[in-house]
Parts: sequence; C-alpha cells; structure tokens
Amino acid sequence: MGRRIGLQTVEIESKPRIIGTYNIVGPKEGQGPLKEYFDRIIEDDLNGTNSFEKAETSLLYTAILESIKKSKLKEADINYLLAGDLLNQLSSSCFAARDLNIPFIGLYGACSTMAESLSVGSMIMEGGLANYVVAATSSHFSSAERQFRLPLEMGSQRAPTAQWTVTGAGAMVLGKKGNFPYVTHVTTGKVKDYGITDVNNMGVAMAPAAVDTIKQHFMDTGRKPSDYDVIATGDLGVIGREFTEKLLLEYKYDMKGHYIDCGEEIFDAKLQPGTNSGGSGCGCSAVVATGYLLKNMLKGKFKRILLVSTGALLSSTSPLQGETIPGIAHAVSIEFGVSK
Amino acid sequence: MVFIVGGIICVIGQILMDTTKLTPARILVLFVTGGVILGAFNIYDVVIKYGKAGGSIPLTGFGYTLAKSVMKEVDEVGLIGAFTGGIKGTAGGITAAIFFGYIMALLFSSKTKV
Repeated sequence: MGRRIGLQTVEIESKPRIIGTYNIVGPKEGQGPLKEYFDRIIEDDLNGTNSFEKAETSLLYTAILESIKKSKLKEADINYLLAGDLLNQLSSSCFAARDLNIPFIGLYGACSTMAESLSVGSMIMEGGLANYVVAATSSHFSSAERQFRLPLEMGSQRAPTAQWTVTGAGAMVLGKKGNFPYVTHVTTGKVKDYGITDVNNMGVAMAPAAVDTIKQHFMDTGRKPSDYDVIATGDLGVIGREFTEKLLLEYKYDMKGHYIDCGEEIFDAKLQPGTNSGGSGCGCSAVVATGYLLKNMLKGKFKRILLVSTGALLSSTSPLQGETIPGIAHAVSIEFGVSK
Repeated sequence: MVFIVGGIICVIGQILMDTTKLTPARILVLFVTGGVILGAFNIYDVVIKYGKAGGSIPLTGFGYTLAKSVMKEVDEVGLIGAFTGGIKGTAGGITAAIFFGYIMALLFSSKTKV
C-alpha cells in the first residue's frame, strides 16, 4: 500500500503504468517544434464541427477513445474517467463523457488538470479500486479566448505578455501491468496567491504555486533537481519559467539543465508570432506530457521525470471584480527503466 | 495630411495598447470621451480642418460629432438638446455600424486569430 511521505506527497507503491496515451492538436501546435510527438494534427481547428466548443469536445472525445484503443481495451474495461477542461461547468469534458460509457469524475484544476487527473487516477489505482483509469484534459484557443478574454469577432489585439491557449487534448490510460512508464510519487499542491491581478501575465501568477509544489516535493522525497532528467512545469511560459528558476535557486535548488516549461517548448516564439510568452491551457501540459515527455521515456531518453502542471484558478468574472489570481501546481513523478 | 492625422491618432492608441495595461475597451471609451472634450472646447475642430477624414473616422471623431451635435441642438431647441442632439447627430454612424455589422455577421463566421 502507498504511504504518505512528508507533508504533501504520497508514494505510490503499486506503480500504476501509463499503458496507453493519445494526443491530438490544432494546426498551430502542429507547426511547432514538438510536431513529431503528436499522434494527430487537425488541419481545421473546428474539426468538422460548427463551433469551437464542439470542436474542443470532439478533440477530447477522440483523445480518450483512441487512448483506450491504443491500450487494446474497450470502453467497458475502464472503471473511471477523470477529466476536466477550462470551459464553464466543464462543458467539454461533460459533453465528451456524454458519448462515452464510462463512469465519469469531472475535475477542475484549470491548466493543472493533466497532473491533477493523473494524481487522482494513480491514487485510485493504488487503493485497488480500479483496473483501468483514464486521465484526460483538453483546451481550445478559440473557446478559451472568448470565455476568458474577448469575443473573436471583435478582433481586438492581444497583449504582448498574453499566452496562447493550446488547442489540443491528451489522454492517458492507467493500468496495473506491462512494461510502461509508471507513477511513483504524487505531490498535491496548495493554492497560492501572490496578488497578481493582470490576466495577461498568468505565468508569473502561477509561478509561486509551482515553486511551492516543487520545493515541497524535494523536501518530502529527499530528492534534488538532478535526480530528474526533466522537470516540466505546465504553462508558465518564458517569463514564468525564469521566475520559477530564480525563486527555486533562493531555496538552494538549482534547476539548470533539468527544467523545461511545456508552454515554452510547444511553440517557436520567433517563427510563430503571437506566441511570445508561450502556450497555456489544460491541453498544453497534456499534449507535451503524452507527446514529448512520455514518448521519449519509452525511447529510453528520459528515465525519471516530474510533471508539474500549473493552473490559474480564476473565473471569467473574478478579474473584472478586482480579484487576484490564485495559482496551483500538482506534481507527478514518473519513471521508466530506472535500475535500483 | 489625412493619412498622417489619422495615423497619428492610431499610433497613440497603439502606444497605449503596448505600454499600458489598459484594455482595448477602455482605450475605446477614452478616445470617444477625449473626442467629446476636445470637441466641446473647439480644439478638435483644428484636427478636422486639416485632417479631414483622418480626424473624423477614428473614435475621437465620433466623440467630436457627439459634442458638436449636442451644442447645435441646445442652441436650436434649448437644454433638452443635451439629451437628443448627440444621438441625432451620430445616427448615421450608429445605424451604419449596426447595419454593416449585421451584414458581416451573416456573411462571415468567426475564426481563430493568426
């Protein structure tokens, strides 16, 4: 049985395997530097539907279904679907789950949903309460843009520090057996708010949460940055990543050479205008984790990674009422082929 | 001259977008009210005189027309003109915005920004 270590970490003894993954992304992500790691790149970001919200649902639905197929399972084999997204009332996840015959638990962690659903999924597996669990999440640039920023029809300019919401969905199937990457530790983050009110500068708003969770993970496990081949935060962007690195150095954790940010990696800021500060959204860490990170683990390039998805827990009305932006970060340690 | 005047007004807007945290909506309101104030003190008349359409097409021009129409209506019908003049004077612009906006909404659907 798993056990609690330190203040916020759980050691997952049964090592739930990530037996199948699938990701699907929009055209812009498909032109980015990580394009070779995506399972499917759609050409039209409406994906054959008549609204961006429906398109997002279809991406999530496809990712979940294909990840199950890739694991050589059927819908009926899955005991829980854990999913979430950015839209009001988790519409994308609920509507995708409507067409799936799987018991569904909706999770809201904003852009931290990938690590959040993987954490909860691993704990359910550790408790022996499921044979298979699917953890999934999605986001879509245009549905997020019109919910959190401004209507697309207005055609207003985006602030230079604004991040670009990733159009994409990623799903992971957790199982008990097989030679696959497995989850070893889960560190659940606390909500941190350092009083940032600028909705166009979310990376910095989420950085304190990332710092807190990473620091706590090291303290609880006794590990250090060099124990990991890659530590990947979700969507802090360039500015947030630098800020996080600096703050962690103050706690004597030198992240150099071990640290990337999914949002920074997914786009090429020079070749893809508008993405200056990097990608964001639930889909960001989901497609980078199921793509670049896990595929490189299977190839043997990475042996131990720490996925730290970061979320900004604002609502579409809270910034208009002058509220500050609370942030959260969850960390999941994944290993494959580590000899002990 | 028309392009230079119109261009300068737009540059001011762009500088506000890039260097301040003002949202586009706030800049929009700022430009309209700015036009009203400058129009009321007859300052914007100079911009219109030399800039012509370069001064009247931007949002400040809309504010200027609001101010001028109110002043004219007040002269003609009294204080009630403060309530009726603005909309009367800008009716053409407002109706055109609604009409063409509706036509465009019928013709095109929203797309992701590039």
